[in-house]
Amino acid sequence: MIFGVDPLLDGGIGWPEIQVVLLKVVLAFALLMISVMFMVWFERKIHADMTNRVGPNRAGPFGLLQTLADGIKLFFKEDLIPDKADRKVFLLAPYLSLIPAFLIFTVVPVGGDFTTTEKPGVVGILGQDTLLQIADPGIGILFVLAMSSVAVYGVMLAGWGSGSKYPLLGSVRASAQMVSYEAALGLSVAAVVLMTGTLSTRDMVIVQAGEGFAGFIPNWNVIVTGVVPFVIFLIAVTAELNRPPFDLVEAEQELVGGFHTEYSSIRFALFFLAEFMNVVTMSAIIVTLFFGGPAGPQWFGVVSGTIWFVSKLLVFLFVFSWFRATLPRFRYDQLMDMGWKALIPLSLAWLLLLAGINIGRDQGWNLGLVVAVGFAGVVLGWALLARAVGNHAHRRALEEANEAR
Amino acid sequence: MGYLDGFAVTFRKIFKGAGDGETLTRNYIKDEGGKRDKPVRLHGRHVLNRYEDGMEKCIGCELCAGVCPAKCIYVRGADNPVDDPVSPGERYGFVYEINYLRCIHCDLCVEACPTEAITESKLFEFSFTNRRDAIYTKDELVVGDDGRPQQLPWEDWTDIEDVEDNTSAWMRATAPGGSAEFEGIVAWAGELGYGVRDAETGQSDEGANS
Repeated sequence: MIFGVDPLLDGGIGWPEIQVVLLKVVLAFALLMISVMFMVWFERKIHADMTNRVGPNRAGPFGLLQTLADGIKLFFKEDLIPDKADRKVFLLAPYLSLIPAFLIFTVVPVGGDFTTTEKPGVVGILGQDTLLQIADPGIGILFVLAMSSVAVYGVMLAGWGSGSKYPLLGSVRASAQMVSYEAALGLSVAAVVLMTGTLSTRDMVIVQAGEGFAGFIPNWNVIVTGVVPFVIFLIAVTAELNRPPFDLVEAEQELVGGFHTEYSSIRFALFFLAEFMNVVTMSAIIVTLFFGGPAGPQWFGVVSGTIWFVSKLLVFLFVFSWFRATLPRFRYDQLMDMGWKALIPLSLAWLLLLAGINIGRDQGWNLGLVVAVGFAGVVLGWALLARAVGNHAHRRALEEANEAR
Repeated sequence: MGYLDGFAVTFRKIFKGAGDGETLTRNYIKDEGGKRDKPVRLHGRHVLNRYEDGMEKCIGCELCAGVCPAKCIYVRGADNPVDDPVSPGERYGFVYEINYLRCIHCDLCVEACPTEAITESKLFEFSFTNRRDAIYTKDELVVGDDGRPQQLPWEDWTDIEDVEDNTSAWMRATAPGGSAEFEGIVAWAGELGYGVRDAETGQSDEGANS
């Protein structure tokens, strides 16, 4: 069931159903575009505030229309295609990074009442029962991972198709980085899947809307999985999005503009759009995976779910801007070290620990003992890894010293 | 919390007031006090100067055009009409054009000029909307009868009182020998509307005469 279990499609597909689907798609598209527009403005303002500047304030009230003005400017600029470019690939690449950004958002539940046990998250649009997400495939989160992998092609092909040195270097960096961090990303998602027992984004929200701890702490995955997968996911997603501090891809001092150096006009705008849209969609994914998505008390009537979702989303949009204003860029070897030697082993260990605890709970073992043994195992593994890494570094230093002599 | 201190610093900065002096940049034009003061040696758009008697300083030697790295200056010299000379010398600048789509405001033309005919003003806000406007002809570059630059319709002159007099400050802030520690020796001709101007201070005495 690739199209998922939307109650809309239960009774066959007729004109009303198509209308609802079309309405949802168009609305999602428009809202996403507008939210990206304001995201760019929001980030520039926050970044300006944090670095003692004023920020955009000319176009529209508080500079709100600055992005629109920039977009119009880009749209009317001359569209250059370099002589040495591989034309087809060059033209294809921007869409390969933009369309996945859109598609990821289709599986994000953006509203609905998840406190009820019957038909959670279902709302009525045009007299039809439906979910406030475009699709709810049974493999929801795998779809997200797949699409974020496709986005790597956009970056890689943009660099390759430009027929120029710096874009190629930038795109090689980018794809190496995205592939490395995808592993940590996938493993931290696996932890969530393990604890919720589902791949569907909607079911994840339903699980997280359930009874929490001590009456007031919500049953969010960030707590259920023990914070670590969330931190790993946040770091890996920042790297995956090529956002600061992981923006070596477009390190101006070294690579001019990175993979999009040769792009101009509307094609550059597409990359720009994709980058910021990815920030919005990935924040939405974080909210869905770890913070219960639209789940929350129904204080504001029908729109409560959406209000919860948007406010949680805003927090993460702010966090990404905060990262950008605070952290200096990583060096390339530091980036790879962190991905392969820290994040991947840690997320793997945490996944095993969670799996152990789950099995222990099923079998009725002493939970304290399971946790203690698990942690001991993690610490032991960590020590071994640190020793192996240290040994290798030592050996390499010796070799280099020998060669120098 | 070594690693996380930076986050606290940037977070605190959000809540600073608008006018507490912590904001380093400021609004353009609208703010109190208008535009920021221009440095004495700012390179703006050029002017062609005239002597106090109204004669043009340019002698059409084309040294500026020769030295221009962007090749944005086009000069044609011509013999002065005997009965109505334009410049005191033998020849004068018959055609003088600067293409501001190319000009990088390096001031090499100003350095090359043997008669201080071409200098740069502090006016830099001229956003024309077509390529024809970008080419300033001699009629537009030469100073008016009061010795001030001529305003073109697309030029922004909101702070003109502060900068209009400073059309040759670069010349007057560097010793003829090229020394940055300028000695204050007047070694330049007078200008229409201003006479022989006082010396600007050199780099070693910053802020004394800005």
